[in-house]
Amino acid sequence: MTSPLSPDQPRGYYGKFGGAYLPEILVATFRELETAFAAAQADPAFWREYETLMGEYSCRPTPLTFAENLTRDFGGARIFVKREDLNHTGAHKANNVMGQGLLVRRMGKKRVIAETGAGQHGVATATMAAKFGFECTIYMGEVDVERQRPNVFWMERLGARVVPVKDGSRTLKDAINEAFRDWAANMDSTHYVLGTACGPHPFPTMVTYFQSIIGQELRKQVVERTGRLPRRIYACVGGGSNALGVFSAFLDDTAVELVGVEAGGRGLPTHRHAARLASQDASIGVAQGYRTYFLQNSDGQMLETHSVAAGLDYIGVSPILAHLRDTGRVRFESATDAEVVAALALAVRREGLIPALESAHAFAQACKEAPGLPPDDVIVINQSGRGDKDIFTVADAFGDPAWEDFIRRKAASYERKP
Amino acid sequence: MSTLETRIRQARSKQDILLMTHIVIGYPSFAASLEIVDAMVAAGVDLMEMQIPFSEPMADGPVILAANQKALAAGSTVERCLEFATTVTRKHSIPFLCMSYYNLLLRAGVAGFVDRMQAAGLAGAIVPDLPPEEAGEYLPAMARAGLDPIFIFSPSTPDERLRHIAASARGFVYCVARKGVTGLHTTFSAELDAYLARCRTATKLPLALGFGVQDAADVNFLRGKVDIAVVGSATLRLIDDRGVAAVGAFVRGLR
Repeated sequence: MTSPLSPDQPRGYYGKFGGAYLPEILVATFRELETAFAAAQADPAFWREYETLMGEYSCRPTPLTFAENLTRDFGGARIFVKREDLNHTGAHKANNVMGQGLLVRRMGKKRVIAETGAGQHGVATATMAAKFGFECTIYMGEVDVERQRPNVFWMERLGARVVPVKDGSRTLKDAINEAFRDWAANMDSTHYVLGTACGPHPFPTMVTYFQSIIGQELRKQVVERTGRLPRRIYACVGGGSNALGVFSAFLDDTAVELVGVEAGGRGLPTHRHAARLASQDASIGVAQGYRTYFLQNSDGQMLETHSVAAGLDYIGVSPILAHLRDTGRVRFESATDAEVVAALALAVRREGLIPALESAHAFAQACKEAPGLPPDDVIVINQSGRGDKDIFTVADAFGDPAWEDFIRRKAASYERKP
Repeated sequence: MSTLETRIRQARSKQDILLMTHIVIGYPSFAASLEIVDAMVAAGVDLMEMQIPFSEPMADGPVILAANQKALAAGSTVERCLEFATTVTRKHSIPFLCMSYYNLLLRAGVAGFVDRMQAAGLAGAIVPDLPPEEAGEYLPAMARAGLDPIFIFSPSTPDERLRHIAASARGFVYCVARKGVTGLHTTFSAELDAYLARCRTATKLPLALGFGVQDAADVNFLRGKVDIAVVGSATLRLIDDRGVAAVGAFVRGLR
C-alpha cells in the first residue's frame, strides 16, 4: 500500500509546507529512512504484516460505538465514536509506533529514541521496544515529567531510560530538539520514532501512512452500520496524526466535512492557547526541521503554548494539515480548557466513555455542532485516546475533596517510611 | 574569488592555520559580548562567527543551547544583535560572519534580512538548518548582497553530495569533525584524514573544521590539514567557568 497522502511537490512538500530543513549530519540518515520507507510501501507483505500485528497486539480493528444517549440529548445528528482509546497502551499512538517498529526491524537497527509530551507516545514506544527487543531512550520535558509521573513509571518498568529535558520551556518541543541531538550522534545504531505527523520529510508522510489504518476501518464500518458516509468527522489536533489518520480515507469525499479541533487553552483572546490553524496568532516558519504554521513572535522565536491537554500543547502543526487548511479541505476550530472539561464530564456520565483530555476537544466541538444537524446525518468523533492518564488533571479540574484527601494520605504514608 | 576567500587566503599565507571563534550575541550580556569580541580580536583571531540566538537551536549542544536561551531571556532581539554586529564590524577589521537558524531569516523576509546583514558589515552567514536544496530564496539574495553563504560538510555526507553542496558554497566550507552536535568531545585521529581528503576533493575553497576543537593540542593537530580551526563551545565554557577576563589568554594559547 502507498500512502494516501503523498507529498504533491518534490522534497516532501505539501503545497508550501513540509520539506526537510536538516543539519547536514542528519541528511544521510533521512535519505536512508526515505529509502527504507519507500521499499516497505512497495512491498505488499509489509502492510499485511502491519495489519496482522495490530490485530493480534492492539485490538484492531477498533470498534465504532454509537453514542445513543448523547444523540438523544442533542436531538440532532447521530453521533458515532471511533474507539482509538481501545488500542494497546490506550491511544492511536500505537498505530504509528508499531509500524515504525516493523520498519526499524527491516533496517536492522537496535535502538530507538522518542520524544514524548503527555507520555502516551513514550509509553507506546517503550512498549514497542520491549516487544521487539530494542534498547530505548525517551526524551521528556522536565515539566511533563512532573505532570505525567505515572507514564514515566511505566516507561521505566518497560525498560526505557527516561531523560528529563531541562532546556527551553521544558516541554514537548524541547524533547524533540533533544531527540534530534541524540540522533545526530547515534544514527548508525538508532532510529528516532517521531510521534506525530510533523518534523522533516518523510516523517509527516510516514506517520500519516501508519495512522491511515483508522480512516480505512472507519469508512468500512460507518457504511456498513449506517449505509452512508458521515456528514462530519471531528478529531483533535496537536501534531495532527490522529486527525490525518481518520481524515485520510475521506479526502476525496467532498460531502464529508473534516473538522480539526485545536487547543483553545484559556481562550483565543488571551493568547494562552495552542491553536496554530484556528487562531490568527500563528505564522509560517521553519523549526524542528520543517515548514509550517508556528506560534512565534515577530523575530521568529517560538512562544510558550498552553493547554490543559499536554498532548496538544505544541508550537507547530503537521505541514499536511497546514496545507489542507489552506486548500479549505479541513476546517479548524478550537475548544477551551473549560469546554473540554465539560465535554469530558458529559461523555463519562452519558456514555460511559472516558476520552483523554486531548480527544475531549473533538467531543467539545461535536457537542457544539450536533444539535444543528438533522437526525439523518451521521457524525463521527475520533476518540484518539483514553483518559485514565489524566486522573490528576481531571480530579483537580473537578475539585474533588475526597480525591485530595486520598492523595494527602498516600503522600503521608511515604513520609513515614525511613 | 569572493572578498572573504581572498582575505582568508591572504591571512593563510602568513599563518599555517587560522582561528575562527564563536560568540552568542548578548550572552552573557551585550556589554560582555563586546568585551569578548575585543579580547578575541586583540588575541589575534582571524575571523569570527556571531550567533543570533534562536529558541530552537537543533544543531547545537548543551553549552551553546544554554547560551542561546539565556541571551533570549535577557532580552536579545534580532534588531539588537544586528546593531551589535554593526558596532563590531566598524571597530575591527577582521571578517565577521552571522550564524543563525533559518527561521529568523524567513520571519524577517530572507532578502530583507540579508540586506540588513550586509548593512551591518558582515561578510557571510552560516545557517546550519538550511541545506542547499532549501536555499532557493537565500542564495540569490546572498549573491546580490555580496555575502558568502557558508555551507557545511559532515563525515556522513557522501562524495556526490559534497560536490553538490560545494557548488553553492562561497568563502570557505565548514567541515563538521564528527557526528553529534556542538560542544561535545572529539577524538582527533587519523580517521579524520580520510574525511578531509574527501572534502578537499569536493572543493577548492578553504576548509574550516569545527565541533570539539578545544585546546592548543587540537589546533596543532589540524595544522596542515585544514585552513581554519573553529573554536566554539570551548570559549563559552571558559566564560561560564572563569569569566570574560580569561578569554584573551585562552585564545592566545590556542596557537
